[in-house]
Amino acid sequence: MNGLKFSRKQLGIPYAVFLIAFVVVPLLLITLYAFTKKVPADKATFTIAGESVSFAVSNFSDFFSKSANIRVLFVSFGLAIITTIVSLFIAYPVAYILSKTKFNKGGVLLVLFILPLWINFVLRTAAMKELLYFVGMYKSNSFSFINTLIGMVYDYLPFVIMPLYSVLVKIDKSYAEASADLGAKPVTTFLSVTLPLSMPGIVSAISMVLLPTTTSYVISDTLGNGNVTIVGKIIETQFLTMDNWHAGSTIALVLLVIIFLSMFLSGKFTEEEDESAGRANLW
Amino acid sequence: MVKKIIGGSYITLVLFLLYAPILLLFVYSFNMSREIGIWSPEWGFDLYYKLWSNTDLMETVVNTIVLALAAGFISTVLGTMGAIGMFYSSRRVNRTMNELTKIPIINAEVVTAISIALICTMFGFGRSYASLLIGHVVLTVPFVVLSVIPKLKQMDNNLYEAVLDLGATPTKAIFLIVIPEILPGIISGFLLAINISLDDYIITSFTKPSTFKTISTYVYDAYAKGGKSSSVPALRALFAIIFVVMIAYVVIHSFIQSRKSRLEGSR
Repeated sequence: MNGLKFSRKQLGIPYAVFLIAFVVVPLLLITLYAFTKKVPADKATFTIAGESVSFAVSNFSDFFSKSANIRVLFVSFGLAIITTIVSLFIAYPVAYILSKTKFNKGGVLLVLFILPLWINFVLRTAAMKELLYFVGMYKSNSFSFINTLIGMVYDYLPFVIMPLYSVLVKIDKSYAEASADLGAKPVTTFLSVTLPLSMPGIVSAISMVLLPTTTSYVISDTLGNGNVTIVGKIIETQFLTMDNWHAGSTIALVLLVIIFLSMFLSGKFTEEEDESAGRANLW
Repeated sequence: MVKKIIGGSYITLVLFLLYAPILLLFVYSFNMSREIGIWSPEWGFDLYYKLWSNTDLMETVVNTIVLALAAGFISTVLGTMGAIGMFYSSRRVNRTMNELTKIPIINAEVVTAISIALICTMFGFGRSYASLLIGHVVLTVPFVVLSVIPKLKQMDNNLYEAVLDLGATPTKAIFLIVIPEILPGIISGFLLAINISLDDYIITSFTKPSTFKTISTYVYDAYAKGGKSSSVPALRALFAIIFVVMIAYVVIHSFIQSRKSRLEGSR
């Protein structure tokens, strides 16, 4: 390598090529599949991957005209929102107590809350199924929804505790003390000092839970007893069972637009701060 | 005082709920009953023996580990090079690559999975080991990049320049100066990549060859498609082993971490 001259910049070329080939182009391909339809060879505009296709917007109208699909969308977002709220209500006191208590020295107690994340996610969900079966919550189908909810809260709770804790532990004690000195009751101090200051933690907890619970169908498949279908599942069915890649891509594109829109609106995507590294710090 | 007791018992309660499923499987991994809930008189290490002699399941475990190591290794090399490259690029390139890096993290996994399946099919290797590996690299490489970049930011830039002035080639300077400085970031990126790969179900199921199994797909097939309880009691033994290994890992990891911070503190 002695004669070869290169600068540090050029080290990034393989990664840049990889990003374009397997992140950017695939997303464009989803868009292409979403706006095309499989047709007989003589009516085709062009071929992709050996399949003759032509442009069509009917994929979208097909999807949104089925009431079953709309129901799935409602169930998905409903479950995700309820999971997020329940998780926040359980996790906030945990994070609050951990950030205060002295026996959480060096974060030892915190590690106990994060430890389950190190066990395979599907196995953890399966364990929850065994437990729910053990305590008798599998007797009737009316428990399907609540079982799925329990599983989701269980699986994502550490993801909520962590960002809340890391924000709460950094809040300067003197704010609360000042508030108390000025005569505020503990409840008032919490509501008007601690809670607003911990808002960034709440936002990042929501962003870590809301999307995966909308789309990751492992939990609803394992615990829902076949009665809970979420939006990720229809994509999988279209793709792996129905072999209709165009319909699958259509729903994926709808999701993609929702995701990027919400990222854009929350301003996260342009933020210099490494918010998404927050997830990396969890492990 | 009362506040402390209430707080303590709340923490204990949540911890108990968090560990209840894990402990249930752990206890029942020593019992031969087909179903959890019925305590069979036979108990002992039989399930562990069954796990060991179940060739299908053992092959699955090996598959999973090999895949995670391979994906982790590729992601680490690619991601480290990428992180160094983008860090020293112009601001615009850096910013663009940074945002592209975040896409697989922000995006829903099922969307990423479809996109990989589509592109690999177009290139003619859909549902092969190659597409599986690529899927796992896409999933894990952002975490390597995001672990390395903070270390690059902390690094003293003059060192690299100094070594160049002393006559080292850029290649040598990278291996001599940059890599050792950012090594902690590279290692934690590698471990993170392995962990995420081990955990993955959705991307695996969209990109894997149809006969290939990982722990995630095996457990999913046993539990989600199966009945109320798994027909494979040996999975309880697997679960218990994973749990113990993870505890050991985390304990050792935090021990090293706390020693390191104590050493740094005393300096």
